[in-house]
Amino acid sequence: MTTISAQLEHRFGPYGGQYVPETLMPALHELEQAWVDARADPAFGARLTDLLEHYVGRPSRLYLAERLSEAAGHPVYLKREDLNHTGAHKINNALGQALLAQRMGKRRIIAETGAGQHGVAAATACALLGLECVVYMGTEDMRRQQPNVARMRLLGARVEGVEAGTRTLKEAVSAAIRDWVATVADSHYVIGSCVGPAPYPALVRELQRVIGDEARAQLLEQAGRLPQRAIACVGGGSNAIGMFYGFLDDDEVELIGVEAAGEGLASGRHGAPLTAGGRGGVLHGSYSAIMQDEDGQIREAHSISAGLDYPGSGPEHAWLRDQGRARYVAVTDAEALAAFRRTAELEGIIPALESAHAIAWALANRSSELDVICLSGRGDKDLAEVLARLGQSG
Amino acid sequence: MTTLGLTGIERLAEAFASARADGRAAALMPYQMAGHPDLASSVEIGIRSADAGADVIELGVPFSDPLADGPVIHAAATAALRAGVRVHDALEVAAKLAPRIPVVVMCYANPILARGLERFADMLAERGVSGLIVPDLPFEEAPAMSAACEQRGLALVPLVAPTTPPERLAMIGARARGFLYAVSVTGTTGERRALDDELPNVLARARASTSVPVAIGFGIATPAQAAAAASAGADGVIVGSRLVRAAGEADDPAAAVGDLVAGFAAALRDVTLG
Repeated sequence: MTTISAQLEHRFGPYGGQYVPETLMPALHELEQAWVDARADPAFGARLTDLLEHYVGRPSRLYLAERLSEAAGHPVYLKREDLNHTGAHKINNALGQALLAQRMGKRRIIAETGAGQHGVAAATACALLGLECVVYMGTEDMRRQQPNVARMRLLGARVEGVEAGTRTLKEAVSAAIRDWVATVADSHYVIGSCVGPAPYPALVRELQRVIGDEARAQLLEQAGRLPQRAIACVGGGSNAIGMFYGFLDDDEVELIGVEAAGEGLASGRHGAPLTAGGRGGVLHGSYSAIMQDEDGQIREAHSISAGLDYPGSGPEHAWLRDQGRARYVAVTDAEALAAFRRTAELEGIIPALESAHAIAWALANRSSELDVICLSGRGDKDLAEVLARLGQSG
Repeated sequence: MTTLGLTGIERLAEAFASARADGRAAALMPYQMAGHPDLASSVEIGIRSADAGADVIELGVPFSDPLADGPVIHAAATAALRAGVRVHDALEVAAKLAPRIPVVVMCYANPILARGLERFADMLAERGVSGLIVPDLPFEEAPAMSAACEQRGLALVPLVAPTTPPERLAMIGARARGFLYAVSVTGTTGERRALDDELPNVLARARASTSVPVAIGFGIATPAQAAAAASAGADGVIVGSRLVRAAGEADDPAAAVGDLVAGFAAALRDVTLG
């Protein structure tokens, strides 16, 4: 199926597009058509909804975190994506795409992972649907996220360590794309975030917007109002785009994306291309805010959180930023660690280090009447890394 | 800016024509990574390749995230970047080779966008480069680059793959300048033990789609495979990873690559024209 007319957004302002080898172009067209057909098919929708409810456990809870609220000086609601099966929002997308792959007759799934949460979600969806699963993961991330590696293997996935570059998420995505170039006839690439060539950014957003749609309805019911701020962490930005979409048309709701400032924006060792600004560029198939040098070589990102350790960003985020609809800020490793610990002590919730970035920003920027924060995942996977760091700093 | 009074597009046409006139079934088009193993060797490799019978040099610009490349070319790019090779340095290699042999630069989209399409095209034209291949710039994203090249007489060479369906092939073939780059395999660059059985079909479909010569690349690693590709109808044969591997391993990279190129050239001379 080759159609040139786009049925999902290919561009968000100047951002997006399809900067991939020709080999993949027919597969991207096929994927777009398959999704357009599937989402119009009531049977597909019913199956996905049923699995989201009974298997994933949706709707995820919206929780008024009273002690965090006290610390922040205003009500803080947490959207509990950490309570989903597999412990993060990633399952919403992985399950949807795996069902789509099954419908397309593709028997083999390729995925990349940074923190391991998307890898685990993809491996889980594949186990459920009886699909073969290969997950690419940088060897540095395999070290940082050992429990998730074991989990993926237990679920029947093959985990391929990637040695290139800094051995983190960027290289894992590249390796996954190279695999797909060679296996495109029988494989589907389940990308884990709202990045990559069209139609992925729009497809992933459609699968993740359940977060924001639920949160909006829950807030109206539980708080009787909309939030002043909707806050989410941004690596590629899938939990954030999902959260933001629930409130996009509510002009009074500020949308705040929190990136990783790593060792500080000035140090250059960060993962905050949207916040740092600069020229747009092409990474992993789309044009967006990226970290690059003046020669157009992609820079290595840095974050304590493997899921935010990425030099690119979803193209729709870059467009929301340029339009002024969403604001992007960044939080350092140290600030995220402090929020990680504080959330555990105040609420009895161990957040993912990624989500701890969003909490840290909300606690440090107190002028709000009411916040909703996407608690995108649980932090068990981060324990070893965090304890080692906290040990170092006494 | 032209070399020998010809535009880049005209120089490439002449290279294919003179290979034919010499009685060779296909033009020989070795690929090398600029700055690998170092800049001086790169120039020497290109000169020795030309002396050994190459018709066109394909010169890779090192990029940090080369999605269409397999491990050998990826590693060569990484090594060149670690050694401090810049895009400007890579294009200086092109400038030194261009008086001797037509040069087609292979560069990923982002280093081009970082300078701006027009400025990058100017840089190529000023250095006497004949053409440009951008492996991550498919038909849909190519119009602006295509126009910038056209204005300067540079050939923007598109790629087609075994997965490219017929109506798409026709669109791409119609816009091809210089030559059409037919990817022989569904996969990234790298040596393969055997040519794909589909190769004759891939070539036939590509040739039917365009009026420019068709060159085959990805996976051609031995003189016998090059000869087979020429027999199957390729107007040009691109050899990459095998030569890049030799450049990385040999004590005398230029001699090693030159010897290999001579072997490919001999094999192509022996192919009986159909």
